[in-house]
Amino acid sequence: MAYEQNLTCFSTFGEERSWSLETYEKKQGYEAWRKILAGKLTREQVIDEIKASGLRGRGGAGFPTGLKWSFMPRDADVQKYLVCNSDESEPGTCHDREVLRYNPHALVEGMAIASYAMGVTIAYNYIRGEFIDEPVPRFEGAVREAYEAGLLGQNIQGSGIGLDLYTFVGAGAYICGEETALLESLEGKQGKPRFKPPFPANFGLYGKPTTINNTQSLASVPAIIRNGATWFAGLGPEGSGGTALFSVSGHIEKPGNYELPMGIPFKDLLELCGGVWKGRKLKAVIPGGSSCKVMPAEIIMDCTMDYNSLQQAGSSFGTGAVMVMDETTCMVKVLRRIARFYMAESCGQCTPCREGTGWLYRMLTRIVEGKGEEEDLGKLLDVANKIEGHTICALGDAAAWPVQSFLKHYYHEFEYMVRNRGRSIVEGNTEAAA
Amino acid sequence: MSNDIVNIEVDGKPVEAKKGQMVIEATDAVGAYVPRFCYHEKLSIAANCRMCLVEVEKAPKPLPACATPVGEGMKIFTKSPKAIAAQKATMEFLLINHPLDCPICDQGGECELQDLAMGYGRDVSRYNDGKRVVKDKDIGPLVSTDMTRCIHCTRCVRFGEEITGMPQLGTTERGEDMKIGTYIENSVDHEMSANIIDLCPVGALNNKPYRYSARAWEMEQRATVSPHDCVGSNMYAHVLRGTVKRVVPRKNESINETWLADRDRFSYEAIYSRDRLQAPRIKESGEWRDLDWEEALSVAAERLKDAAGDKIGFLASPSATLEEAHLTARIAAHIGTANIDHRIDRRDFSDQDNDPVFPWLGCNIAELEEQDAIFVVGSNLRREAPILAHRVRKAALAGASVSFASSKRHEYFFDVDNYLSGAGLIALLSGDDVQSVVAALNKAEKSLVLLGNIAARHEAYATVRALAAKIAESTNSTLGTVSSGANSAGLSLAGVLPHRVQAGQARSSAGANAASMLDQSLEALVLVNIEPDADLLAVDDAVARLERQEFVVALTPFVSKSLLQSADLLLPIGTFAETSGTYVNVAGTWQSFAGVAKPVGEARPAWKVLRVIGTLLEVDRFDYVTSEDVRNEIAAQLGEIVPDNSYAGRSEFAKPNGEDSPIAEIDIPIYSVDSMVRRAPALQLTSEAKRAAAESDT
Repeated sequence: MAYEQNLTCFSTFGEERSWSLETYEKKQGYEAWRKILAGKLTREQVIDEIKASGLRGRGGAGFPTGLKWSFMPRDADVQKYLVCNSDESEPGTCHDREVLRYNPHALVEGMAIASYAMGVTIAYNYIRGEFIDEPVPRFEGAVREAYEAGLLGQNIQGSGIGLDLYTFVGAGAYICGEETALLESLEGKQGKPRFKPPFPANFGLYGKPTTINNTQSLASVPAIIRNGATWFAGLGPEGSGGTALFSVSGHIEKPGNYELPMGIPFKDLLELCGGVWKGRKLKAVIPGGSSCKVMPAEIIMDCTMDYNSLQQAGSSFGTGAVMVMDETTCMVKVLRRIARFYMAESCGQCTPCREGTGWLYRMLTRIVEGKGEEEDLGKLLDVANKIEGHTICALGDAAAWPVQSFLKHYYHEFEYMVRNRGRSIVEGNTEAAA
Repeated sequence: MSNDIVNIEVDGKPVEAKKGQMVIEATDAVGAYVPRFCYHEKLSIAANCRMCLVEVEKAPKPLPACATPVGEGMKIFTKSPKAIAAQKATMEFLLINHPLDCPICDQGGECELQDLAMGYGRDVSRYNDGKRVVKDKDIGPLVSTDMTRCIHCTRCVRFGEEITGMPQLGTTERGEDMKIGTYIENSVDHEMSANIIDLCPVGALNNKPYRYSARAWEMEQRATVSPHDCVGSNMYAHVLRGTVKRVVPRKNESINETWLADRDRFSYEAIYSRDRLQAPRIKESGEWRDLDWEEALSVAAERLKDAAGDKIGFLASPSATLEEAHLTARIAAHIGTANIDHRIDRRDFSDQDNDPVFPWLGCNIAELEEQDAIFVVGSNLRREAPILAHRVRKAALAGASVSFASSKRHEYFFDVDNYLSGAGLIALLSGDDVQSVVAALNKAEKSLVLLGNIAARHEAYATVRALAAKIAESTNSTLGTVSSGANSAGLSLAGVLPHRVQAGQARSSAGANAASMLDQSLEALVLVNIEPDADLLAVDDAVARLERQEFVVALTPFVSKSLLQSADLLLPIGTFAETSGTYVNVAGTWQSFAGVAKPVGEARPAWKVLRVIGTLLEVDRFDYVTSEDVRNEIAAQLGEIVPDNSYAGRSEFAKPNGEDSPIAEIDIPIYSVDSMVRRAPALQLTSEAKRAAAESDT
């Protein structure tokens, strides 16, 4: 089955100097924004359009974007902020980087439209520090071009609408992708999540009403306003409108970033990407970044890639980072690597995550080193359960879910390794493990 | 009214809570205890320890009681299986990296973690991997650190950020490597810094001088009052077999809240200083010899009897107790002398008839927070009275306009509205810049002009006060005072003044004041708890002038070079810890306390020494048995005193009595204010004390 690619966020891809204003405008760029500047769309109309499009937050949680915008006190006479979360750091995810590099104007326009809809006059794009070389200059170049073209600034084109857009570069902490940690970092403080309530829509950046949206969510907005909510919603199945950016990695023939309609069957996605590496058998897939629960091949092969299908199958859509693992993969070692990540990235603020993530990693390390005990397996699960739901932010859950799901689906591999003093169940196969 | 009430249910019982309250406040109010570490009523909410997780109906996850606002109809379960499981889970996480060194930890026995581990911990740890070890930090002479014990509640961090405004502690690194520290190696210096000892729920931050010297359960806790400033902070002495081992704050919301200045906490070390005078001593032909109390007291009485009445003088420390003050005043009256004073650091007495009945703050201590504008004149407030400075900071944070006038700029950790400095106080108060302060005071509904210790020691205090009073009057502000010592108010009320007897009643003719007394050649002079070189600042050359007096008897807890040089008879008295007594603080609050420690050597409470001298002098009705008898007598004689700071003096002092030069000002360093503080080793090791010492050397 053929799928049309690059419909929304990647629409300029393949063009020469795809990141320039000229190219973007050739692709109907800034049409939506100009329409707003001409006074042809009210705030409420924009919000209703986004609601109707079925756009959900692409940062991982999948919260309906239009609904989120409607929480902002848009007519209140206080400074309000929009913050774009370009702190793309979920392991396996690298598609927002491509938006910043190759189609930054879509994001600039999306941020402008969102700001207008919510009565925001100052917007920030928080970009992860590792993007300093290419994505940051590209985005800043786009902002400059937009200012020069009279698309940003005070009283833009005499419309009475004003927006100043700033870039902020983080210092490379995973936790700063969590929206309240991001706000703290943006304020110049340590990136430590805030306890909610109060929510950012009431008490956000500098204590003012703030909405935080993901790069992909905002970059999808211009196409929605341009082509209409029905068009966008129709691209995907019920409850998962539009296109999604998939970062496909791991044991796959053609790894890469693909923009495809939501709801594409996993089978088709796999085929599009050339199938499993070297023609091997598929073992497991983490469908949306390392925080999502792992799915054995036999389950995911029957799934479509959208919010509902993956949730019903016991995992989640996450960020669309599809990590493919073939039959030679040692699941114990994969989990240990994932656990190490969460240990290293825990902010250290609250007890269960600070203490628990290290405990998980140490137990897994012991098991891999052949010093594990059978009771460690129960303890692993118990510690994960005690982190889950007990922390300030979702990093605790994100650290717990892989442990729970790996043990659920691959308990025998852990058991085998403990009983065989560190020998992996896949050892002896032709290729080295992950 | 009814809008402010929400009906909730705590463990099945209906409870009314205030709107906006957090769950933990509501559960605390009905005695449903929820375990906690990071929560502290005086600090902002952090919600990071996760110990206070409780079950709330309809919430999918357990919620932190400290950070969850109450809502109408909320059903809270503090002890349900789900709540207990969450609390136990947190406890296990807290303990996996916590060392098992309770037997050698000073916190043992009074440790929040230890106590809660009894209820929520398991017998044997399931954690069998390596434990975290964290390098200790040297944050100064007052607070010891054992950072491996830290549970990262960040109370100490929030204390610096919120209470002192001087954030010296913070966190570095992340995850399980997160550490509390100073980032760059540094001491923690604020004058209230040691409160982090009490805030720390574990043994990570502890009392350094006290380290390893007693166990919490061996000591008795005895209430007392601080003798080092006009606030009278409430505190407990922890006493082991008659010896004070440490001092901790005693909560009093109207005075020191839950805080204690470092000066009040660590001065107890001086009780056991090597300088303590162990027995009475007399100088005979230039040689000192010890003598017993009986002989010493009869010598003192004889010399006072032999001297002519008006050739006798009495000088008492502004930190003497009310009882000591009353007895001294009665003895002086019996002898027939008006040469009696406690204002030993004042230099301009010209307008003393217009002094208030007692130096009054102008409001209660807690009311400082409610002021809309405060103008502090001639004060190094953070050093003079740390608790008052803390209250003024709270006022500023609540939006009050706070301004200062002092020749030197002192650092305050809030936005100071106007800071007049760089000239003498008279110049500052009569210059043009003061007009913006006047404007701020005018705009305020409740406003206060405060005269500090530097002002009171000014060579032309009369002029400074007249100018300040004029500003207060013209702006409808209250004129207030920050007095020196712990009991200037009590001594004034008792009539330890040359121009007044009790309760501000004028004497028919005034005697010699603290300065003019030393111009004379007295036949006998009694010093009560005064070290001439450091305390007697009314004159420049106190020691030399004392040497010219015929006979000087000093009631003193300490021996010092200047006393040996200038006195003839030394009588050992107890420090505040070894006597009972009463201090009247700057708000006019009477605070009586009992002795908490066994007297050192032959030292006796000063009031008893004075009582015996009085008896030997045959003063009428001097047969007091307890210090309460003394207090009750003066209390009855004083009746009700209404504090009144309205200034009736001349509004202009055209010709000041002294120089208005910044160099002539006297600012006593915080850790030099009295004989005890000067002998507290830990305080003397602070960077504050070292800096002051270096400054006085240059």
